[in-house]
Amino acid sequence: MVNLCGFHILFDCPLDLSALTIFSPISTSLYEHTSAAPSSDSLDTPVVGAMLETEKLLDRTNLIPAEPYYKTVERLHLWNASLIDVVLISSPMGMLGLPFLTRTDGFSAKIYATEATARLGQFMMEDLVAMHMEFKQFYGPNETSFLQLFKWEELEALPPALKEIILGKDGTELGSWMPLYSAADVRDCLRKVQTLKYAEEACYNGTLIIKAFSSGLEIGSCNWSLKGPKRNISYISSSVFSSGVAMDFNFQAHLGSDVLIYSDFASWNGTNCVGDENSCSSLVTGGDCSITGDNEYTRELNADSLLNFDESSEEMEKLNFICSCSMNSVKAGGSVLIPIGRLGIVLQLLELFALHIDSSDVKVPIFIISSVAEELLAYTSILPEWLCKHRQEKLYSGKPVFGHEELIKEKKIHIFPTVHSHELLMMWQEPCIVVCPHWSLRLGPVVHLLQRWHADPNSLLVLEEGIDTDLALLPYKPIAMKVLECSFLSGIKLEKVPPLLKMLQPKLILLPDHTKPYFAPLSESLPCLFYLEDETLRLPNSNNLSELHIATDLASQLTWSKMKNNELTISRLTGELFVDNGKRYLLAEKRPMPYEIRPLVHWGKVDLESLLLALEKIGVKGSIEKVKSDDGYGSNVLNVFEPGKALIQVKETSIVISTSDKSLASLVSDAVHTLLDGI
Amino acid sequence: MAIDCLVLGAGQEVGKSCVIVSINGKRIMFDCGMHMGYADHRRYPDFSLISKSADFNSALSCIIITHFHLDHIGALPYFTEVCGYNGPIYMTYPTKALAPLMLEDYRKVMVGRGEEEQFTYENILDCMKKVTAVDLKQTVQVDKDLQIRGYYAGHVLGAAMFYASLGDAAMVYTGDYNMTPDRHLGAAQIDRMQLDVLITESTYATTIRDSKYAREREFLKAVHKCVSNGGKVLIPTFALGRAQELCILLDDYWERMNLKVPIYFSAGLTMQANLYYKVLINWTSQKVKDTYATRNAFDFKNVHSFDRSLLDAPGPCVLFATPGMISGGFSLEVFKHWAPSEANLITLPGYCVAGTVGHKLMSGKPTKVDLDKDTQIDVRCQIHQLSFSPHTDAKGIMDLVKFLSPKHVVLVHGEKPKMDLLKARIKSELGIQCYDPANTETVSFPSTHFVKADASNTFIRSSLTPNFEFLKDEAKAMAPLEVRDGRVTEGILAMEKGQKVKILHQDELLTMIGTEKTEVEFGYCFALRLCSLKRVLPAIEEVSVFDENLLLSVLNMKLSNEVGLQDRVGSLEVNSFRLSICKNNSCPHRSNGDSDGSYEGMFFCCNWSNLDMKLAWRVISLLKNMDSSVDLTNKMPFNNVER
Repeated sequence: MVNLCGFHILFDCPLDLSALTIFSPISTSLYEHTSAAPSSDSLDTPVVGAMLETEKLLDRTNLIPAEPYYKTVERLHLWNASLIDVVLISSPMGMLGLPFLTRTDGFSAKIYATEATARLGQFMMEDLVAMHMEFKQFYGPNETSFLQLFKWEELEALPPALKEIILGKDGTELGSWMPLYSAADVRDCLRKVQTLKYAEEACYNGTLIIKAFSSGLEIGSCNWSLKGPKRNISYISSSVFSSGVAMDFNFQAHLGSDVLIYSDFASWNGTNCVGDENSCSSLVTGGDCSITGDNEYTRELNADSLLNFDESSEEMEKLNFICSCSMNSVKAGGSVLIPIGRLGIVLQLLELFALHIDSSDVKVPIFIISSVAEELLAYTSILPEWLCKHRQEKLYSGKPVFGHEELIKEKKIHIFPTVHSHELLMMWQEPCIVVCPHWSLRLGPVVHLLQRWHADPNSLLVLEEGIDTDLALLPYKPIAMKVLECSFLSGIKLEKVPPLLKMLQPKLILLPDHTKPYFAPLSESLPCLFYLEDETLRLPNSNNLSELHIATDLASQLTWSKMKNNELTISRLTGELFVDNGKRYLLAEKRPMPYEIRPLVHWGKVDLESLLLALEKIGVKGSIEKVKSDDGYGSNVLNVFEPGKALIQVKETSIVISTSDKSLASLVSDAVHTLLDGI
Repeated sequence: MAIDCLVLGAGQEVGKSCVIVSINGKRIMFDCGMHMGYADHRRYPDFSLISKSADFNSALSCIIITHFHLDHIGALPYFTEVCGYNGPIYMTYPTKALAPLMLEDYRKVMVGRGEEEQFTYENILDCMKKVTAVDLKQTVQVDKDLQIRGYYAGHVLGAAMFYASLGDAAMVYTGDYNMTPDRHLGAAQIDRMQLDVLITESTYATTIRDSKYAREREFLKAVHKCVSNGGKVLIPTFALGRAQELCILLDDYWERMNLKVPIYFSAGLTMQANLYYKVLINWTSQKVKDTYATRNAFDFKNVHSFDRSLLDAPGPCVLFATPGMISGGFSLEVFKHWAPSEANLITLPGYCVAGTVGHKLMSGKPTKVDLDKDTQIDVRCQIHQLSFSPHTDAKGIMDLVKFLSPKHVVLVHGEKPKMDLLKARIKSELGIQCYDPANTETVSFPSTHFVKADASNTFIRSSLTPNFEFLKDEAKAMAPLEVRDGRVTEGILAMEKGQKVKILHQDELLTMIGTEKTEVEFGYCFALRLCSLKRVLPAIEEVSVFDENLLLSVLNMKLSNEVGLQDRVGSLEVNSFRLSICKNNSCPHRSNGDSDGSYEGMFFCCNWSNLDMKLAWRVISLLKNMDSSVDLTNKMPFNNVER
């Protein structure tokens, strides 16, 4: 949350999906050939016994068999939602918690997201809601919260790993658990989102110009540039320099901003918060996985090196490796389950799989099982504007941007909404390759398929690194199937951060506090500040002045007066102030300027002799008198007797003219004005 | 600071659109089209006017292409590859995708006619490599100062109007646009902006069009009648735009009427174009867009690829064939085969260039058409003329001009007499200066310029604080309270040698100069006779303890018709003017004549600053007049209050 120009801006509103792992998945009798059904035991789970019996701290019976609640951003619920002015969503993942916010009473903030992000986020949320329905059906419609199932002591008695997820490290996160939103909430939420294109200027309240620039992480994901009258802020979320699918990270757009908020810390698997002035919040990068610092690149630190190194080729190697592993499994008669939430990776995998299958002699079907898969895949083929260069080249040369469209037509890929779909049961054959959403292995088709295959040593499960695999796979233990964990690039590599920041030349960089050990030594070359989770950081005010645009017709009307014995020229300025597109304009007033312009403020000194002289010039005569006034301060008095009677008192900072004659009063005041500086 | 528009093409004509606009010295080329009607040097804009030395790279900041029609892009490969322009070129994604098809199609036709090849296929590809594709509303920073932005224009897929701004100067070049949505495209959309110049097309400068549906129905009826009688329908069309629009229309109609007659697309080219339309469906109208998930509207169900062997196959069919004006190529071949049969139908586009077969068919009802010296074709088939046009009509142009309210309007892409009429309308109805320069002419306008100054926080804050004025209509007791924001921004502009101009709040100035304020005040203490006060407040002598506040408020009531004073306890105030009852016999403001003490009455002491001089004297004279109306001996009658 950032406060800029008096507006409260919230960046991203995700869900902590990894927290879903504490719930046990539902089981169906269909696949129930394991010894004990994980969740059907009872609701009063015997916790302590399990802990004593086994070496492991956790057992599947520890998992909470209830309709899952969802963990939102910690401490966001402590915020008054009506105080937020703007919400900026950088990626589909960062949108999953948004309906919680939009359904809050009094929430009236403007939400901005790129068109593609909004659409993809919608697909994800719809899928989540649909998958959640399974739980609803299983547990019935009773409204009890899972938290109510526990007494405090029971909560205390939970295995530490679970307890930490539920309560947070310091036991304060209990409040961030929420029951899932409904499909109607999702629709409502999307209605409130204003969609943008890349680099489209959106103007909030005439003051803030908000622009989204591609971040390369996912189709439609973006970094933000905010431009107010006083300073420019860049917000960099997880970014990928060159992606195989989405448009590359456009870092040039963030060149030379006043403040750069850097919150891409995939390598820290971080939950970050940003504060400025009087606000705070935290960001949870839900399913992000980590990158192992496998290579050391000591390259020339310039823009070219950032771009030249082809990250995408390394990514391709990983994907190819997945494919060949999968093919081996298939050849061995096992099936492959790929629960991956990242669309870009799924799309690339599909294309590669098709190649691998073609080049081998095995014919194996690919099933995509997700409630939104069909729409999602159709959508991906109509957004060439959001894709990387080589995909756009495909458009120009008249080829489809993604391979899946043709593969579906050729019946190499089959799409089904659920595992129960009639068509799927008809088509089903094993071995096969199944691609489905991840949802921490607790929701949707992945649950059923894991239950089916977990004991098959020939089968392969491809997982994204980063989540607590142990916990995630707990309900399916013992696991015989192979598990391939792989990490995908989901942010800027750490060693590339300093050269990037140096190149962008921001006046100030905000980094999360836990990066201090890494960046503090560099602070000589990089002006850094570190922010803490949940804490407010006040930025030094850089500049007290802001630019104002004055209309030429107004400027030409100004009457300038040169100061006495000074090089300063000043003029009184009157007009109407407009704020438009982040710029302030002063335009001439519609109503006519008052004819008479008298100085309103005076300064300077008047001594009686010169006043007397000045008065005589215009035919006013008088004499000087020294008077001791009541208040003890002496003041000089000038008695005027021609053409009328008047008394002029001259004090340190004031001149008082007393007369009953109106015209004389103005004569005297004119004389006084000639001696004073005024405007 | 000025904006100059040099019209290189489409000045008082239609064809080879090309306008060079220089905004404060930076030059942008809008469109780089060719004229279809000429085969000599007049075909291209006269590029030599841009730069005598032919150094186009330094002469132009960028080129902006609005859409893929040849009269807007036709000269681009020539300009980049032959003339050697290497600078940035901007167009929308669909334009970049579809332009090569158009250019290649045209090149082939040219070569087919045996004309000299102006550019090769490689030239087209090289040219397109230099193009930067932009999205709608994407704000592109061409260089440090120059910004451009595209807005949806309807017309054809990917057509855009372009906004360009440099500093405070801003302008819009519309290209061709359509203000009403059609089968597959939406209507033009643009933000309201402060513009110095609007350059707009004026193809239909005087036409007001009725609804399109009647004409669509007519077309469908003609086609339906023909195929139901077993005839063949030839629709000569260009590959892009019209073909897809008509195809959506027919596909939809086929669906509704459950027709099974095949619809063919002539060459791979057009089918390829459909693929582009499918991918770029986001650029079509909302209605079409919404269908993508279930069925892409450009996934035509009843449309098949045409095979030459089907040419003389029996049975009805509908065929889309290029080129549009039957100037050669496949559509001419089909025409030769089908024209002699009475059962067949040929639809013609709204506009055909002179010399083409299409043009011959349009003029009158020919029974024979000479293709060349040796070939003559009997025309017995029916002819239906389409009159769909993706251009805006006069009302649309007027609406856009009114909506944008630019300071100046420049008309291009139209016919001179009609443009004159429109120009007069814009001047008289909207009061906007309007020009219609001919080719190679330049029009210049002053550009908006703002003086920049640094404003202090205090100043901004003071001007952003609303200054509410509560106006109540006293006459009606129940009148609602009217609240008005009477804020006026007031500050002080300070210019110091060698420093940027600063705007300060009044209070800050003194601190900056380092002096203190010197007040110039006025004071006047005067007496009102008791007898006249008695008229105001008869009980004045009966009140034992003199209630000054009561007296003041009664006086205030008396004055309230003339000036509104605020009743503070012990004094009446307005702005800096303050009136109170004075008990100090040696009050310095008391003029000599009144201060003798013998005067039977009450002294009122006033003081004010010179800001309220007029007001103060007015109040005083009102009070005194109240006195003098009973006592004519008063020495100072203020009869004419206002000088």
